[in-house]
Amino acid sequence: MRTPFIVRFLDATPRSGWIALGLFAAVTLVLMPALHLFVPEDSPFHVSTYVITLTGKILCYAIVAVAMDLIWGYAGILSLGHGLFFALGGYAFGMYLMRQIGRDGSYQSDLPDFMVFLDWKELPWYWTGSDSILWSLFLVLALPGLVAYVFGWFAFRSRIKGVYFSIITQALTFAAMLLFFRNETGFGGNNGFTDFKRILGYDITAPEMRAALFALSALALMGTLVLGRYLTTSKFGRVLAAIRDAESRVMFIGYNPLHYKLFIWTVSAMLCGIAGALYVPQVGIINPGEMSPANSIEIAIWTAVGGRGTLIGPVIGAGLVNLFKSFFTVAFPEYWLFFLGALFVAVTLWLPEGVVGLWKRLRARRAA
Amino acid sequence: MKSTLFSLLLWFLALPALAALDPGVVRQLAAEDSDDKITAIRQLGASGDADALALLKALADDALLTTPDGRVFLMPEDTALDAATGAAIDPAPEEYESISINNRIRAELANAIAGLRLLSAERATRLAAARELQSNTGIELVPILERAQSLENDAAIRKLLGFALAQANLASPDPAIRLAAVNVLADSANPATRNLLLPLTDAATESDPAVREAAADAIRAIESHLVIGQLLGQIFSGLSLGSILLLAALGLAITYGVMGVINMAHGELLMIGAYTTYFIQTLFRAHLPEWLDWYVLAAIPAAFATAALVGMLLERTVIRRLYGRPLETLLATWGLSLILIQAARVLFGAQNVEVANPAWMSGGVELMAGLVLPWNRIAIIGFTLFVLGLMWALMQKTRLGLFVRAVTQNRPMAGCVGVPTGRVDTLAFGLGAGIAGLGGVALSQIANVGPDMGQGYIVDSFLVVVLGGVGQLAGAVWAALGLGVVTKFLEGWSGAVIAKIVVLLIVIVFIQKRPQGLFALKGRFVEN
Amino acid sequence: MNTVAGVDTGSGVDTNLPPPAADAPGWEEESRALGHLLAPGVDVSHKVILYLEDISVSFDGFKALNNLTLAIDAGELRCIIGPNGAGKTTMMDVITGKTRPDSGTCFFGQTIDLTTLREAEIAHAGIGRKFQKPTIFENHTVFENLELAMKADKRAWTSLFAWLSSEGRDRISDTLKLIRLDTQAERQAGLLSHGQKQWLEIGMLLMQEPQLLLLDEPVAGMTDEETERTGELFKSLAGKHSLVVVEHDMAFIEQLGGKVTVLHEGSVLAEGDLATVQADPRVVEVYLGR
Repeated sequence: MRTPFIVRFLDATPRSGWIALGLFAAVTLVLMPALHLFVPEDSPFHVSTYVITLTGKILCYAIVAVAMDLIWGYAGILSLGHGLFFALGGYAFGMYLMRQIGRDGSYQSDLPDFMVFLDWKELPWYWTGSDSILWSLFLVLALPGLVAYVFGWFAFRSRIKGVYFSIITQALTFAAMLLFFRNETGFGGNNGFTDFKRILGYDITAPEMRAALFALSALALMGTLVLGRYLTTSKFGRVLAAIRDAESRVMFIGYNPLHYKLFIWTVSAMLCGIAGALYVPQVGIINPGEMSPANSIEIAIWTAVGGRGTLIGPVIGAGLVNLFKSFFTVAFPEYWLFFLGALFVAVTLWLPEGVVGLWKRLRARRAA
Repeated sequence: MKSTLFSLLLWFLALPALAALDPGVVRQLAAEDSDDKITAIRQLGASGDADALALLKALADDALLTTPDGRVFLMPEDTALDAATGAAIDPAPEEYESISINNRIRAELANAIAGLRLLSAERATRLAAARELQSNTGIELVPILERAQSLENDAAIRKLLGFALAQANLASPDPAIRLAAVNVLADSANPATRNLLLPLTDAATESDPAVREAAADAIRAIESHLVIGQLLGQIFSGLSLGSILLLAALGLAITYGVMGVINMAHGELLMIGAYTTYFIQTLFRAHLPEWLDWYVLAAIPAAFATAALVGMLLERTVIRRLYGRPLETLLATWGLSLILIQAARVLFGAQNVEVANPAWMSGGVELMAGLVLPWNRIAIIGFTLFVLGLMWALMQKTRLGLFVRAVTQNRPMAGCVGVPTGRVDTLAFGLGAGIAGLGGVALSQIANVGPDMGQGYIVDSFLVVVLGGVGQLAGAVWAALGLGVVTKFLEGWSGAVIAKIVVLLIVIVFIQKRPQGLFALKGRFVEN
Repeated sequence: MNTVAGVDTGSGVDTNLPPPAADAPGWEEESRALGHLLAPGVDVSHKVILYLEDISVSFDGFKALNNLTLAIDAGELRCIIGPNGAGKTTMMDVITGKTRPDSGTCFFGQTIDLTTLREAEIAHAGIGRKFQKPTIFENHTVFENLELAMKADKRAWTSLFAWLSSEGRDRISDTLKLIRLDTQAERQAGLLSHGQKQWLEIGMLLMQEPQLLLLDEPVAGMTDEETERTGELFKSLAGKHSLVVVEHDMAFIEQLGGKVTVLHEGSVLAEGDLATVQADPRVVEVYLGR
């Protein structure tokens, strides 16, 4: 008798995992939004807009870090271009946000301001449907997915791997960044999209909207973790790890690594797209800078800091690095790059398994 | 400014020889009516007289004076000299003004002066004059051009004069002369000439059908010359871009070949080389200003040494400990690049610094009309050849080269037969870094020197390594030059951004067909 | 499903195979179950399961294989020997699709042209390969190693929803017993001894249920006792499967007792039983002359 798929899917996450997710849900879905919305601002328990936005942003980063871990930690493929998929998701949703501005822009035109500025008379064809939230949500998944699928198909088919693959992905995001910098590309050039007003007609700066976006980000992260858990514990995940360790052996026992890599690569890109779409309304801007190679490589370091090959590691890593970044860039802006650089070196040299690995080692030592 | 001083100087030199010119014509220079002035200028220009040249120059420099009664004279110092005879006028006139000239007259003057300079004894002066006469040459210059051509014994100048004469003759009333002129101009590669010929293809302005036909032919010929010139120009800038890519990629190719790691801080080693150049330039400015033109030569070893030292330091402290973990090396070296960039910002400021071309590198050589090859780019191509030769010798003729090649092909085996692989790693890394430093010297001569200057090069130079095939010097050379030329062609055709994207796509598609690069090593030891 | 452990042992090389048709129902049944699979069974109607003709491979001017022609009968156990650089491993690379030949044809059965297939497709068609250096999945358990190798629908999409049936579990535990790793099932494969790794790889090969097994130095690093047992296993497999064994260990080859092919400089130098081959003066020269 077969166990129904949904049961197996949920069963992949162990009981302890569900408990942790439950606690996480209680904090992010109930407690923090409630403290933000219903506790008066002068109360010490009030969660400020700053905190809710920062945490929401970090939750989006955590999704990206888990997505990165699925491809790097579990399949051994280091992408230096994940910022592209994140940005594509952001741009896809950003188009909807731009259309929601309506005639409230500086030029009071139906067209987004930057198009009026370029003296365009109508929307380019690829903006068709951007006023529909359903179409935009579809694009959020489909656009990064399609780009990843096409690129991955070519790259994996010709067995590009290791540093070759990493550098090519970096070149990809770099090229995309140059493309989006051009005004003629039709995505606002340098400035990208900003000055968003509303989602589904509701004010984007309202506390309720902020709390909702925050809770959605938390929900998306939890979904990503459950999905990741299933993927990595299924036979698919075992084949993937086998490909990481001995690809040629996998081929000689009859698996075609192309489809395995392509699937996890595309899924990873789509998760990044979701994260990007949640990120843009919370920070209020998306521009080609998100596609810069430096951004993408930073994603890798979140994952490495937390611990590759574990699902909780990237979440911790994204949180730690970004909290530190928001503190450091305000307190010692001069030294942030020194610190970040040193972090790259230190983690690869001394913490190859990240914080989670360190914790495991410490616990093992105490037990011994 | 400079040229004004220069012509003043010439004018003083010419002064003693100021002899009789037609006083009537000279007086006419001071006429109220512009047309009268122009007639006089033309007459003087056609005279071929050295005195006329001095006079016209004085006119151009507003140094020719006139009294209300129409006397024309010069006053180099306190003495007034008669413009026609050169005799002193005593007493000097009290009331005078300089002869005013407008732009139309200026253009006439320039042509006339150039025509007169064609008779100069100095080859450089004649050449410059002939160049000036390559556009807007009026028919009144025909006599002087013919005279100059008959006296000229320099082939290059004669050719230029031929074009100038033909241009002047286009306005000739005689269709046969026009036809001959058109035929001469067909050999030109000057875009301005094409525009000059256009009216001659039109029945409204050109009555003779034979001339019209010849003009159309000539325009086609010129256009094809232009295309060739453009093509050569693109190939040249492609080669110079390729040279830079090659200098950046050579070092990367060595380290990737030997250690299988990509050094993401490689671009920053270029930056270090460029800043070293800047530093040496500053030193020369402060302490050896008379040798300033040669600071680049001193910068070459300095940049090599600095970059090599930094490279070896990186290898010893970080990269060595990550052996066998190429992806982690990627991240760690990226971290190092961040540190180096920020260090450059702290040391030299976030703004670009100014590195000047030495005088002998500025300017260029004109291959044909519209195609100037700048000296700094020529120097870079030459420098790249020099580095390449050095590298080749090092790899083929020295023990270190032998070791490096051995480790590239089979590290464990090389270790077994006694190659000190650890030392080879460090030295190879230092060598690669040093070459990147040399690339920085070259780059400082054509690009901005700033903290992030190296960031753009890592991807490009990696593409070169990928295309060329790992550990293949010849492959890297072809790949770099190929990428450079293809990029420049695409840029000419579609703009820089699209070119970049298209090049990337080409490389990806190329890897589909030849995963091992242009010059693949094959055999059982080659695994990924 | 056939279980390897149940294969009849005894007759060393059985050239009087039962007609291939006897095997067919089993294969057809499986291929129905596995739907998409490439090979509904190999057409061995002419008794030959593997036929290489005029295969040449060169690496930068070095001819690794030089007009190699070789035929393996269905059910045969063939040993291949030859000095280093004779082209043994390259030959295996060509058969399994790792290296494309410059010229020549390579047929599996009567119909399957191996030179047009990719590695995974060749594995599906029914060719299993054991490498010179044992390659197993070191971070997986022994059990998982066998599970991954087990004959199944190996497409990515199916793997996403795949789960291990109790028949599958039985097969894995049978194989674990056969390769004497039943007590190590949950151990990480990387922690096994060298000999155990060799056995695990052989086990993985068996889980694939290939028609043809290519074994590159299968007993290197094994104790005498392990070698002996391996020999017994191979002999028991012959008949039902076809085996090509590359070895240097003459005692082991003697134990296997099949036909021997000597490769030299990329082509066949001699062929026959071990004694004949060993008496061949050309073979002696190749082995001792340089």
